[in-house]
Amino acid sequence: MATLQLDINGDVHRFEAPDHWTLLEALRYRLGLTGTKQGCDKGDCGACTVLIGGKPELSCLKLAGACKGSRITTIEGLMPAHRAAGGSGPDPVQDAFDRAGALQCGFCQPGMMLSARALLNDNPQPTRTEIREALSGNLCRCTGYQQIVQAVELAIHETTGAPIESPAWAEGQHPWSAPVSQAEPKS
Amino acid sequence: MAARDQHGSGAPFPEVDTGRAANASSAAGFRSVGQSLRKVEGLDKAVGVAIYADDIVLPGMLHAKTLRSPHCHARIRSIDASAALALPGVIAVITGADLPTKYGVIPWTQDEQALAVDKVRFIGDEVAAVAAVDEDAANAALKLIKVDYEVLEAWLDPAESLANQLTDTRPAIHEGHKHGNISKHVDLEFGDVDGAFERADVVLENDYVFHSSTHAAIEPHCVVARESADGLLTLWSSTQITHYVQREVSRVLGIPQSRLRVIQPNLGGAFGGKSDPFSLEFVACKLAQVTGRPVKMLWTREEVFYAHRGRHAMNMRYKSAITKDGKILGVDAKILIDGGSYSSFGLVTTYYSGQLLTGPYAFPSYRFDSTRVFTNKPPCGPKRGHGSVQPRFAFEVQLDELAEAIGMDPIELRRKNDVGQHTTLVNGQRITSNGFLQCLDAVETKSAWRERRGKLPQGHGLGVAGSMYISGTNYPIYPNDMPQAGIQLKIDRSGLVTAFTGGNDIGQGSSSVVRTIVCEELGVDPLDVRVIAADTDLCPVDLGAYSSRVTFMVGNATIDACRKVRNQIVKAVAQKWAIDPQRVFLGRGEVFDADDRTRIITTTEAFQIAEATCDTLGATGAYNTPTLGGDYRGGSIGASPAYSFTAHVVEVHVDEETGILTVPNVWVAHDCGRALNPMLVAGQMEGSAYMGIVEALFEDHKVNRFGLHAGPSLLDYPLATAVDCPELHALIVESIDPEGPYGAKEAGEGPLHPALPALSNAIFDAVGIRLRELPFTPGKVLRALDAKREAEAKQGAPSC
Repeated sequence: MATLQLDINGDVHRFEAPDHWTLLEALRYRLGLTGTKQGCDKGDCGACTVLIGGKPELSCLKLAGACKGSRITTIEGLMPAHRAAGGSGPDPVQDAFDRAGALQCGFCQPGMMLSARALLNDNPQPTRTEIREALSGNLCRCTGYQQIVQAVELAIHETTGAPIESPAWAEGQHPWSAPVSQAEPKS
Repeated sequence: MAARDQHGSGAPFPEVDTGRAANASSAAGFRSVGQSLRKVEGLDKAVGVAIYADDIVLPGMLHAKTLRSPHCHARIRSIDASAALALPGVIAVITGADLPTKYGVIPWTQDEQALAVDKVRFIGDEVAAVAAVDEDAANAALKLIKVDYEVLEAWLDPAESLANQLTDTRPAIHEGHKHGNISKHVDLEFGDVDGAFERADVVLENDYVFHSSTHAAIEPHCVVARESADGLLTLWSSTQITHYVQREVSRVLGIPQSRLRVIQPNLGGAFGGKSDPFSLEFVACKLAQVTGRPVKMLWTREEVFYAHRGRHAMNMRYKSAITKDGKILGVDAKILIDGGSYSSFGLVTTYYSGQLLTGPYAFPSYRFDSTRVFTNKPPCGPKRGHGSVQPRFAFEVQLDELAEAIGMDPIELRRKNDVGQHTTLVNGQRITSNGFLQCLDAVETKSAWRERRGKLPQGHGLGVAGSMYISGTNYPIYPNDMPQAGIQLKIDRSGLVTAFTGGNDIGQGSSSVVRTIVCEELGVDPLDVRVIAADTDLCPVDLGAYSSRVTFMVGNATIDACRKVRNQIVKAVAQKWAIDPQRVFLGRGEVFDADDRTRIITTTEAFQIAEATCDTLGATGAYNTPTLGGDYRGGSIGASPAYSFTAHVVEVHVDEETGILTVPNVWVAHDCGRALNPMLVAGQMEGSAYMGIVEALFEDHKVNRFGLHAGPSLLDYPLATAVDCPELHALIVESIDPEGPYGAKEAGEGPLHPALPALSNAIFDAVGIRLRELPFTPGKVLRALDAKREAEAKQGAPSC
């Protein structure tokens, strides 16, 4: 057992955990931050991706004790950070993932969205190839990645105004083209 | 809004004709149908607060683990758990003797036990389970359980199971099973097949081999069980068939069904891999009973690979007869299916392997002979496109070979044999709407097929394939006369509508379909609709998310309930306004008098008038299929109220030095009847196409000569990443089915089928080799290229 002090989403948590616990175990089973998912527990799937110092890392391969002094961001931290920066609604990446259909079962997506967030922080207007490469550590089994890539492009469009190619299904569709709202389209 | 007739001429669904133009549904006067509304639970998933099974923590909860067999075929002589029980932190150990009742999803083939009683049948078969204060203690206890096995000779080759099952000295896998190692045999013939072969201009016969693949949903199976002091059990499970789990678990535990509540939380992917009742559901419930404490069991990734229930490997021989102008005369298929160690859905698999091939092409005659056998491998079951992806692969490759033999364009050959709409197939299945020709047109145009096929540089090619799939079937797993889908609505003075549905939303968006329909019918805002799903205490029965049945069946049930309650509202408002009910319309957020548009109230006010007049508001709705299928044994299996149709064109690049295949583009055209939510439909189409392509390129769920899985991890079992995947072009085709909800049919499984054969056919276009054996590894590609060069050298043709 060790006493740990971790900075997670800007909150400082002090807690006890067995020495061999990974960051993933500490987040999910000690701190109740269950947004971070476990898909394989051995670094293959990327579902447990969190940001450590702004970089995507696999929390299942990281001992909790080794994260002392690091700034850790989980999926739960994105919306509050966006609000703290004066935004409304969820983080534009989260909103775009919802609007573009990237969230089917949603299980791999916390890790995916954090990889996308890290990419856009470094490179606000990546190419499609750069997007695919940046997400290649995160396995998704539902989407075939098409709507995920399109979601990242939608987030880029929303934040930078960069032109975007709408998928065929979205032609004339309200949720793709208009700002964040759950309201039905007005006729 | 366009005032679509809400009172109607008695026609159950609006008549709209279209091939799909963008936004065709909105042009047809719908307000929510056809709009890509956000998913009900989408933003909860986006911000990380959606709760999945492993996110549930209950006070005092124990953690359970399973001891699994290290042998693929062995008798259990004895189990000694005393040392495990003595370990600090261990609360309970159970074995097969605690849960001896056999179960299985199909009532006639129940051959599974939650924990093995006398015998284990694959490496990974469940033997004992431990509940402890944490996972570490439970894992440590597993190592202390002593099992004395008598190891038996194994059956790992399906051909041996078929050939030697009665004469072999090895004990059968299910001893006492009256057909030895044969799990199911189906032999059906329609029309004069032998005559067709005599009359044909061209007869072609070849063998095709389909490997096994698994679902690999990113969420491992997980359950939490709790027993209340008065004996009521609650089971949260990552299942896609809440109702069947309730049936089977209550039966095995010996409690009334009404005292087991099964809840499906958010589900992290399934694809058919969570549609059997699984050992952990029974075990966690039993341990909760024994200990009086909540119990969680979360499988490791390795355990999920062994639990499997994935795609059956099939060895298939197809023989087809065709005229020189391209009319199919007859098809003859012989199929050997490797079922693994238990029956699972195998009875249905065996029928589906033959019964779902009879469209989209007209077969004047057809025969199939399918046999599923047991082997000592992880049990196979339903994976997306259950039982029909394998024969579809074989036949669509054979069609390409036939097109080549008679010198006809492969798309043209498929057009020529289109079975058409509103017709009956050779095996008695009823076809209603059919947009297959539009699918072919769409992929032909978008892929620039005519300009590019056969004309691309060496190593680059295009291939086509088509398919047909069910929108649910009228075979309800266990025979009964009750509805296949039920729904309940609660409406109140606040303006809120709550829909209770047994439908399992496994990420495909079935709850969102319910919400779209409620919005469409009652004119409410999406945020004023709640959907409570897949909780057996709260929701009417639905049979679950399998066979692509949910949109069709739950959708129709939802329309049924909405229209009942809408009639109540209309009547009450008409009475209040003293006008004819025909004049009352429910618009978006408002209710108005069609003859006097100044008379208008909010939907919420209309609900209040109705609640005052009719008392508490609510309605139930249901759906049952009409009587369908051929009049013969098995004729109803695969008989669906509506079939979807799909065509793919796949573009491939073959590196002739390394044998590595690259797929830059896949065009997927799918007739989904009507796209209730185009975003969700496109997602299903793309996800299906991806799953088919990567199972052809990379995946192989195989065991070695000891029955040990070749690589039970998400690294060794190679899944495609974002850089490996093609650009997927979803082309939605709408044929507007007469019986589907607003004309909708399925979109979740059909669009997988053509991916694999279209890829094989594209490889032929690229480099002239026919790959009839999956998966298309670089080694196989290189061997086929070598064989082709040798053959050409023998003929003196120039090698390329």
